[in-house]
Amino acid sequence: MADRMPIKVSVSSSDGVVVVAPEGEIGYHEAPAFRIFLRQGFDQKPRRMVTDLAGVSYMSTPGVATLVEALQLSKKLSIPLVLCGMNERVLAIFEIARLHTVFKIVADREEALRA
Amino acid sequence: MAVVRRGKGFGRMSDKPDLLLEMVANPAYLCGAREMINQIAKRVGFPDSQACQIALAVDEALINVIRHGYDKDPDGRIWVAVTPLAATGEGVEGLRVVIQDEGRQVDPASIRGRSLDDIRPGGLGVHIIREVMDEVLYEKRHDVGSHGDLGMRLSMVKRLPNDAAPGSACGPGCSAGTCGTSEGLKQNG
Repeated sequence: MADRMPIKVSVSSSDGVVVVAPEGEIGYHEAPAFRIFLRQGFDQKPRRMVTDLAGVSYMSTPGVATLVEALQLSKKLSIPLVLCGMNERVLAIFEIARLHTVFKIVADREEALRA
Repeated sequence: MAVVRRGKGFGRMSDKPDLLLEMVANPAYLCGAREMINQIAKRVGFPDSQACQIALAVDEALINVIRHGYDKDPDGRIWVAVTPLAATGEGVEGLRVVIQDEGRQVDPASIRGRSLDDIRPGGLGVHIIREVMDEVLYEKRHDVGSHGDLGMRLSMVKRLPNDAAPGSACGPGCSAGTCGTSEGLKQNG
């Protein structure tokens, strides 16, 4: 199978807040590309990082692990990380892994930008 | 492997799976495997949320085979067998998924989920599988069959909740009226 970026991710910045918004499924195949975009977001040294998951229909543990790495990096760099837009299926894996209390999770991007 | 009881309308008595997917250990194909499981689980009668979690458990199991069984060698082969479990009367009791590989064997007792108190990336797959599925059994494969005589076997069972209404959401492109109900499986079994 030809190698190409397996996931579409938009990265935008406004008022010192970087928003990383992946689309589609984030599984074992897609997580490494997602990680690259998250690191690019942190490289901009924003005052806050928002990961908008509204376009994510499915996530497995490699996707979750990528976000745990991002959380660790956010603490190291003192850049707050906010997750938003999770559908109930994506939220379920965070709950099963008992990570829903570890992340700051809000309903949508608007709330994340205010958080 | 235990013989699967088949109910009226489910065809012959057999321990052979209704559906057998053979795939290489290439992560690019995981999306197809989990979509297949998701759609079948919905048609068996699982609510959408549970169908998605069953697909997640299978996805996690396949990831573990690719990572640990084959050390990311994409030429390794994996077999995913799917069979609806017939209820005592008519209908479907749940779903059995058996994943086999020819990868490195490990002591089944050593396959455990890590503590969730330790917040770090990775190591969550086994916990997810055990949390989502009702029965989980890891075994070393010793049978001499068409798939060779090495590797591991993971057998998983998920039972329908007592109050499960037939799934309501048909997949994209599905126009069959029986999609999302166990009736379709009865007729086609």
